[in-house]
Amino acid sequence: MSASKRELALAQGISEKEWDDIIEGVGREPSEAEVAVFAAMWNEHVSYKSSRLHLGKFPTEGPGVIVGPGENAGVIDVGNGWAACFKMESHNHPSYIEPFQGAATGVGGILRDIFTMGARPIAGLNSLRFGAPDHPRTKYLVNGVVSGIAYYGNCIGVPTVGGELHYDPTYDGNILVNVFTIGVQKADQIFYGSASVPGSVVIYIGSATGRDGIHGASMASHAFEQDADQKRPTVQVGDSFAEKVLLEACLELMDRGLILGIQDMGAAGLTCSTFEMAARGGTGMKVNLSKVPMRAAGMTAAEVLLSESQERMLLVTSPGSERAVLQLLEHWDLWGAIVGEVTDTGRMQMTFNGEEVVDLDVRFLTDSAPLYDRPSAPPGDLDERRTLPAISGDGKELWEDFLSLLDDPEFRSKRPIFQQYDHMVQVGTVVRPGEADAAVLRIPEDPPRGLAIVSDGNGPMTWLDPRIGGYNIVAESVLNLACVGAKAVGLTDCLNFGNPERPEVMWEFIEAVEGIAEACRAFDTPVTGGNVSFYNETDGASIRPTPVVGVVGVLDDVNRTARTGFVNEDDEVVLLGPTDAWLDGSLYLRCKTGEIRGQPVKAEINLHAALCGLLVKSIAEGLVISAHDVSEGGLLFAIAECIVSSPSLHGARLNLSWAAGDPSRLLFGEAPSRAIVTVNPQGLKRLEGMARALDVPFLRLGSVGGTDLRADPFLTVPVESLVARHNTPPPGM
Amino acid sequence: MKFSIVVFPGSNCDRDCHHVLTRVMGQEADYVFHKERALPATDCVILPGGFSYGDYLRSGAIARFSPIMDDVVRFAGDGGLVLGICNGFQVMLEAGLLPGAMRPNRNGRFICSDVRLKVENNRTPLTRATQEHGLLTMPIAHADGNYYAPADVLDDIEKHGQVLFRYVDAKGRPRDSANPNGSLNNIAGVMNRAGNCFGMMPHPERASEAGLGSEDGKVLFESLIQGRG
Repeated sequence: MSASKRELALAQGISEKEWDDIIEGVGREPSEAEVAVFAAMWNEHVSYKSSRLHLGKFPTEGPGVIVGPGENAGVIDVGNGWAACFKMESHNHPSYIEPFQGAATGVGGILRDIFTMGARPIAGLNSLRFGAPDHPRTKYLVNGVVSGIAYYGNCIGVPTVGGELHYDPTYDGNILVNVFTIGVQKADQIFYGSASVPGSVVIYIGSATGRDGIHGASMASHAFEQDADQKRPTVQVGDSFAEKVLLEACLELMDRGLILGIQDMGAAGLTCSTFEMAARGGTGMKVNLSKVPMRAAGMTAAEVLLSESQERMLLVTSPGSERAVLQLLEHWDLWGAIVGEVTDTGRMQMTFNGEEVVDLDVRFLTDSAPLYDRPSAPPGDLDERRTLPAISGDGKELWEDFLSLLDDPEFRSKRPIFQQYDHMVQVGTVVRPGEADAAVLRIPEDPPRGLAIVSDGNGPMTWLDPRIGGYNIVAESVLNLACVGAKAVGLTDCLNFGNPERPEVMWEFIEAVEGIAEACRAFDTPVTGGNVSFYNETDGASIRPTPVVGVVGVLDDVNRTARTGFVNEDDEVVLLGPTDAWLDGSLYLRCKTGEIRGQPVKAEINLHAALCGLLVKSIAEGLVISAHDVSEGGLLFAIAECIVSSPSLHGARLNLSWAAGDPSRLLFGEAPSRAIVTVNPQGLKRLEGMARALDVPFLRLGSVGGTDLRADPFLTVPVESLVARHNTPPPGM
Repeated sequence: MKFSIVVFPGSNCDRDCHHVLTRVMGQEADYVFHKERALPATDCVILPGGFSYGDYLRSGAIARFSPIMDDVVRFAGDGGLVLGICNGFQVMLEAGLLPGAMRPNRNGRFICSDVRLKVENNRTPLTRATQEHGLLTMPIAHADGNYYAPADVLDDIEKHGQVLFRYVDAKGRPRDSANPNGSLNNIAGVMNRAGNCFGMMPHPERASEAGLGSEDGKVLFESLIQGRG
């Protein structure tokens, strides 16, 4: 046995144990190209070897689920013959190295996952995490990522309609770029990444293959050290124009019945698409790699197999349809090449320059991929994290404390970012970014029905208690959707964690997954797919555990929705949900002490579900006029957000004397299951009756109006002072 | 009335225009692929927004060489109505159907936002249903909307009433603070001397349904339809 192949494998991230398994399974020493195939298919990013065991805990079935995890994207029935296809994915490592291209190709990848399924993408979201506002790299990264997302989404014509953005030093050396796309399709016209018919023809379409992105997937499976800049060549380069043409061509091919199976070439490119399609179809393939259109001279078989050049697809068509496929591609000026055929052998047989370079059992690659039950243990400092520190002051400096909350980047309008994204193309955006707790879109062919989408994560709370943090981000997302009048129907996730080989990271991961899973069962939001991003650490320091969820909801009438901002003078301001709140993990505590400490409180299932149901019903009736959940920053912070989001900048006159017992905790503390709504005075009784019937606490706080936020008897802040703070650009912009 | 919507590779507002023309305005509209050499029988050609050819080289610079453009230029020369929106406006400038040129926005960024427009000339096929000096709200979404023309050309188009719309503030004043992209004289839309070719950066098709925030764009389509029936 030559030492060189083994070294080659180890250098590509294959472990000694995995190498022994490969030798035993293949029965001989693999070729150089085969080593590349194993390295690509068995790395963490593609094989989910550390997470698979736990991802099985997610509820993935439900009456509406048409396609669950395991395909390119999940599909949920949204009624009237229409389906929503959606998924979220991370592009963290590439975006830190090369923020513009990293973010752009992240968007390109998730878009392909959606139109591969046969859906036309109708909107995107992004969840971003950057380092400290004053970190020297933050400005560069924020601008690069935002312009990369804008470049790709704007050009391809898919509106970017919302998202979230937070800053925390934990992301100084490892930012998070999670992107979500949703598409709409006929519920009975779904395409799969499967090559199930032997004798059918394998066609490569899209851009030519170059050396860019080689080992991208394996880069995403390792932690950063000081060498991040040297990894720049592993970042792919995006061409959203090419993808726009590819999108139109693919949808037209599907429309004309020319596609039996289709998969995009994302992570690990041609390797992944060929092996996964054959595995799903229970077939084999013969592929001539020399037929692949190449844009670099002298590429090796391994390079062709590993390239992550963007805007490429692999499709399978029935024999006799090749000409029609190639003609249509020519119409769109796209590359198309017949590269192979589907066989019944169960083997992947690939040649290059007339030589056989790969001959492997497909099932061995996919079914025997490593699966680890990695050891887990809670972090040693957990008790310390969960102990609330002493807070200085006598609790009477409420005005100063409130202003310092409002000075936090959390309060700033993200408009300088949103307006770089085309959020109106496709004429379906009813609720625009920043206007409400979730974005609302028309279902293009089925008005006035609509979809609402939101993405959410909470690093600080998840760090304090990953199980409750995971549970609560699902609960909060469901509440966000309810605040625009939508009922949640499905969920995708992006699980961003540190190095899973560290027991405390694995513990965080398992806890968070179980928390998310429990919430998904509690709130009827099956998980239809997602992505795990491990190894988010630099020089040994992990990020805070940051699971992010993207949740989809349905509305019967997009004209019956609610936004954050107060609408009419003299409308009644009501708190739905409990008045009690806690400083644990709160923004107030962070601003006051600089620390993230305490024990987060879990959303109570019955109350939370009742609150969401009440919101959906009262918004559909037209009773509730504006709605906003009370989350980070607490009650007064939420009211300040309602004021600055008000089109006419109405203030509020509130009597909060009920909070006199412990004002800082009750005004600035946080708790799940709360929303600020407005209702006109004639509707107040009806809303109160509905709330009582559902056991949702109801408290009238005051009314809309004036030029101040008056929170009697504690403090008064002029609206213009709130607006000035809100209009301060977010750090890095 | 029958509209023809040209689809360049990278056009992305073609479907939006089709939706508004057919479902909101109740007119006929066909797509015409850029590789065609002849327009079908039509009353008005729409060059839609998007990123034709990825805006490579310069916005609209490659699309003007698409096969269909020869016939669009011929159609315009024969007095046919041509409306270019956003990228379509850029294509018309590159094709010489309209005077002037487009530079990148002065802040160097793509801007998607509602703007307020003042109608400067309501005696045109595109604006005849609007109020003279009326204000319209509709969105822009572009990176290259900074309109430029040499001083003599600018004087000329101002003098001949070829400026259709200007970016203005709430009181209808063309202040610099109301100018989103740096365009000369706050110009948001122009027409040719003959009055049959129109280009505008704002998107009327995104402001033609109440549920989307503004219906002010509809009046422009109504103008076109009124004229030709």
